[in-house]
Amino acid sequence: MQLILEQMPVVINALNTGFIQTLKLFFVTLIGAFPLGLLIAFGSMSRFRPLSGFTRLVVWIVRGTPLMIQLLIIYYFPGLVLDNPIWGGGETGRFLAASTAFIINYACYFSEIYRGGIQGVPIGQEEAGLVLGMTKSQIFFRIKLLQMIKRIVPPMSNEIITLVKDTALARIIALQEVIFAGQSFLKGSHGISGAIWPLFFTAFYYLIFNGLLTLLLGWLEKKLDYFR
Amino acid sequence: MPILEVENLCKTFGRTSVLKKINLSLEQGQALSIIGSSGSGKTTLLRCLNFLETPDAGIIRVNGETLFDAADPAAQKESSIRKKRLHFGLVFQSFNLFPQYTALENVMLAEKLLAAERPDFKAKKKEILEQIEAQAADLLAQMGLSNRMKNYPHQLSGGQCQRVAIARALALHPDILCFDEPTSALDPELTGEVLRVIRELADKNTTMIIVTHEMAFARDVADHVIFMDDGTIVEQGTPLEVFENPKEERTRQFLSHYRQG
Ligand SMILES: Nc1ncnc2c1ncn2[C@@H]1O[C@H](COP(=O)(O)OP(=O)(O)O)[C@@H](O)[C@H]1O
Ligand SMILES: [Mg+2]
Repeated sequence: MQLILEQMPVVINALNTGFIQTLKLFFVTLIGAFPLGLLIAFGSMSRFRPLSGFTRLVVWIVRGTPLMIQLLIIYYFPGLVLDNPIWGGGETGRFLAASTAFIINYACYFSEIYRGGIQGVPIGQEEAGLVLGMTKSQIFFRIKLLQMIKRIVPPMSNEIITLVKDTALARIIALQEVIFAGQSFLKGSHGISGAIWPLFFTAFYYLIFNGLLTLLLGWLEKKLDYFR
Repeated sequence: MPILEVENLCKTFGRTSVLKKINLSLEQGQALSIIGSSGSGKTTLLRCLNFLETPDAGIIRVNGETLFDAADPAAQKESSIRKKRLHFGLVFQSFNLFPQYTALENVMLAEKLLAAERPDFKAKKKEILEQIEAQAADLLAQMGLSNRMKNYPHQLSGGQCQRVAIARALALHPDILCFDEPTSALDPELTGEVLRVIRELADKNTTMIIVTHEMAFARDVADHVIFMDDGTIVEQGTPLEVFENPKEERTRQFLSHYRQG
């Protein structure tokens, strides 16, 4: 116990650094996957068959294979197979590769959620707007958008909570996120070795962050509860 | 001059011919009832009038102005369709109210958007918006919904929703107000309040086309009745003629289902 208290400041410091990397990956993924997912959704709903077919195939492949494989392929493939290590070395390169894999993967999941939200708004809503002389863009922004958002928020919340935990997968290409940081004290780091409690400790970071997110997303869902 | 003239209107979906040379005309201030079995093309006719479907052939004229002519592509420009729609109003079977807006906002929304296009909108914004709100409140009061204006659609009964939808359509002062089975989605005990409102409109000489399965109502409220079957107008005339002395066998058959039922 005495020992743990002595080690605490060092460990917390390392975990904080790791968690910042976790957060960076989390937010970069969201910022990239929100718009990319929308593009993919439009692609998969396109009336141009080759485009919708291709998009749906990609989404099917990405959703049907583990993110971990995608991470490994995206990180190693350019350097080992193409002889073109586009990611560069070091932590920056690993972060770029991880972000790319996460953005693509999550964009595919988001695209299905968007698609459900967009197609879930009854056609009668658009027709009512048309009959009332509204333009297509007025119908989209004044009528359909909020109804889509309301449909999208609950499944999106699930994906976002999952993303928080999925960031740990980036450990596989040695991205120094919070679990990597916790694990380092097993092997030895900062003069501490054989300590397993820092690894357990990382769980609190996830719990607290997910708790905050759950509150925020729940609040948003409540906000949209005034209509059905 | 009739307010509405429809000439040889045709519409096919794929291989099925849904409207086959429909001809009809309607005088200002009159109510036209359209009856006919399910699948006879009544909804499609109303949707063509409201430019939700593009007819394959035919002409639609309102007040002598040709709104649609299948032979003249210039009369079908997408940009002008939006304004042409405003000659007609449409009340849907399933209301199609906007769920995120209150009853009052549902009635005001389209008018506000249209007002924003007026050149004097910026200068007189406050005045215009107040006027729109006053008119919308007035319409809802006419529908017997003064105490429901701040409610959202999910807080209203079906009958109340349909009355909001009627007020919403009336707010734009359409030349011709179309109803597509306005009571078919309602519980039986709620149809009365909606029919009463439509009857009041008829008493005020609102020009209307009413597709309905409420035979007693159609007969009562209409100046003119059309019986449709399989995409054609089989018979038309005054309510007395069509309901009491139908000339066509198909009309008799159709009506007998309702007498028994
Ligand atoms: N969008 C559409 N695509 C294909 N067929 C349609 C479409 N809309 C209507 N129909 C067909 O047209 C016929 C007439 O339909 P409708 O106008 O809804 O009749 P009613 O309103 O008299 O019941 C029906 O056979 C229906 O299946
Ligand atoms: Mg119908």
